[in-house]
Amino acid sequence: MNKSLSWWRPVAPWAISALVLVTLPLVVAGNGTFSIINVVAINIVFALSYNMLLGQGGMLSFGHAVFFGLGAYGAIHAMNLIGEAGYDGHGFWAFFPVYLLPLVGFACGALAALVVGWPFCRRAGTAFAMITLGLGELVAAGSQMVPTVFGGEAGVFSNRMVGPVWFGLELAQPADVYWFMAFWTLVAVFAMWAFTRTPLGRMSNAVRDNADRLQFIGYPPRNLRFLVFIAAGGFAGLGGGMAAVNYEIVTPESLGLLTSGLALLMAAVGGLAVFYGPMVGAILVTVMNSLLSDYTDASILYVGLVFLAVVMFAPGGLGGGIEQVRLAWRRGDLGAHLPCWLGGALAVLLIALGLVSTIELVYQISHGRDKLARLLGLEPDPASPLVWLGIITLFAAGYGVARVSGRYREARA
Amino acid sequence: MLEVIVFSTLNGLLYGLLLFMLSSGLTLIFSMMGVLNFAHASFYMLGAYFAYALGLHIGFWPALFLAPLLVAVLGAVVERFGLRRVHENGHVAELLFTFGLAYVIDETVHLLWGSIPVSYSAPEALRAPLFSLFGTDYSIYRGVTMMIAILMFVALWFLLKKTRVGLMIRAALTHGAMVGHLGHNVPRLFMGVFAFGCGLAALAGVIGGPLLSTEPGMAQSLGPVVFVVVVVGGMGSLSGAFYASLLIGLVQTFFVALDVSIGDLLNGLGFAVDPYGEVTGITLASIAPMTPFILLVLILIFRPRGLMGELEP
Repeated sequence: MNKSLSWWRPVAPWAISALVLVTLPLVVAGNGTFSIINVVAINIVFALSYNMLLGQGGMLSFGHAVFFGLGAYGAIHAMNLIGEAGYDGHGFWAFFPVYLLPLVGFACGALAALVVGWPFCRRAGTAFAMITLGLGELVAAGSQMVPTVFGGEAGVFSNRMVGPVWFGLELAQPADVYWFMAFWTLVAVFAMWAFTRTPLGRMSNAVRDNADRLQFIGYPPRNLRFLVFIAAGGFAGLGGGMAAVNYEIVTPESLGLLTSGLALLMAAVGGLAVFYGPMVGAILVTVMNSLLSDYTDASILYVGLVFLAVVMFAPGGLGGGIEQVRLAWRRGDLGAHLPCWLGGALAVLLIALGLVSTIELVYQISHGRDKLARLLGLEPDPASPLVWLGIITLFAAGYGVARVSGRYREARA
Repeated sequence: MLEVIVFSTLNGLLYGLLLFMLSSGLTLIFSMMGVLNFAHASFYMLGAYFAYALGLHIGFWPALFLAPLLVAVLGAVVERFGLRRVHENGHVAELLFTFGLAYVIDETVHLLWGSIPVSYSAPEALRAPLFSLFGTDYSIYRGVTMMIAILMFVALWFLLKKTRVGLMIRAALTHGAMVGHLGHNVPRLFMGVFAFGCGLAALAGVIGGPLLSTEPGMAQSLGPVVFVVVVVGGMGSLSGAFYASLLIGLVQTFFVALDVSIGDLLNGLGFAVDPYGEVTGITLASIAPMTPFILLVLILIFRPRGLMGELEP
């Protein structure tokens, strides 16, 4: 390997990310685009914090949104305090800028995890999954009963254009909020990456792989799980604080099972074993959710199908796939693997096309309109056998390509 | 007061028996394969929707038998081509698979039947009152539902304890590998149990659909409660699931029926608090949906193996 480049390797991802974040506003325009990017930023932090539990600590949680939501609630109440203190002009909150609200979110999330976490962390696995599921349902249902704190069904509103202004950055438009998001995402991602390098981060991998052995060596797994749980809760709360600034409203929905499921979805689609996997998953799932919902009513179904396909056929997730390609490239045998991988990708594409057409056609039959087909300039007629023949051909072709590339791989091995 | 107690008991028993129909399948699947089927309640919902769709063409009674059969076949397909494939990647992958499956089934139901409740109701003849107590009618349909649930319970007990298949299932619960060594086809047994469990859930959906409401959110509202039943009863314990179902059914129904707030209770215990305050004014009826989860968290903290379970999850 080229020695002169060795200092560059660990720095490269960060330098490139920072460069991308700085140049992004020069390339894209429009508040709609920035809104999506801001949501992506929130979800990146949320998905990565979830992966601290599942990917690195081996704890499958169905209640991670509790910490995200409580962080968001903490931040939005702090935002209201800043607004009120602004009239008086004195007191702690009058000098607290809105830009630092994610820290309030972090504190709330970590505190909540600290308070409830200890009894949960005795076991990982199914017990942990169930107890976090119970916690999520409990907090989501309980929040409806305390309207002064959680705002009932409507949630808590606020206004982010309050408090001291730094660097002349007023958080008025989504394009202004972008800088806030970019900064905190970079900070949070770096902090979570640094966490994986600490002894505690390493031990959390050990607790995932072999808890019994760790106990023999003298590290109680429960303590380690508890510490990781608090850290993950804190970073989820930080994401929640970012969300509070972005939306200026927090509803009890953000505490519920759907939000927890979203974190799991993003992390698993992106890949649990690679650090940047959940980021890839967060980008893909968020973009799919926000773009597809304009064109088809089945957008959530597509996200679910992508998730199912990843779990079944690519347990490493998208990040795992990228990592495989990267390793092959560094080993220099990318050319040998490429035909197989391209064949597999082609098969996936064909089958996906077939599935999408089927779903859209079924939707057209049951609801009588289809925006996606019209977008592509097509007017498919569900009654015509030709259309269905085409779909069957797509499936058959996809299956055929998959078989051929599978056989090719076996022949090489 | 007596009226409230009698009807709450009847309704609680009915709800508990419905819960047991769902949780018995779930707990069987869990103890055999070690996988907590997140999509179980989705199969329950599919049962209700299939029965509704079939009932439009062939009537209620044929649909009562056909819908669970269809769902069971679907369950077998899911096990054979989905779960078995994921099995080699470990339990977390299996859980994720069923989680994604629940997502996909729920959305498919949205897509096919829309997001508002469908008008799936019991046949006219069954809506007549079975008996009247204190001036309130108890419909025949509720009686029939309870009958079906009890029949199912007896049939399940008979199948597991008195037949050869039941013997194999019970053996495979604890010594799966050994049953395989003896020459039985354990994967096929797994597929059968999975299909059977899904069919039971669907049966609960078929008879529960008209009682509760048949809408796309029904899986999401009942699913977590069924998990609670399985965990509280003790993972893999059928009798535990039975008692936990009845317990949760009764507790929830009684909480809904009692018109008392936390403040009233505290005042009754000798404290002096404002019965209309923010926290003390919360009525027991509004806590009712939370009771299963309070129970779950308490059980997992103080008795992690559940009421009747032998192993910690």
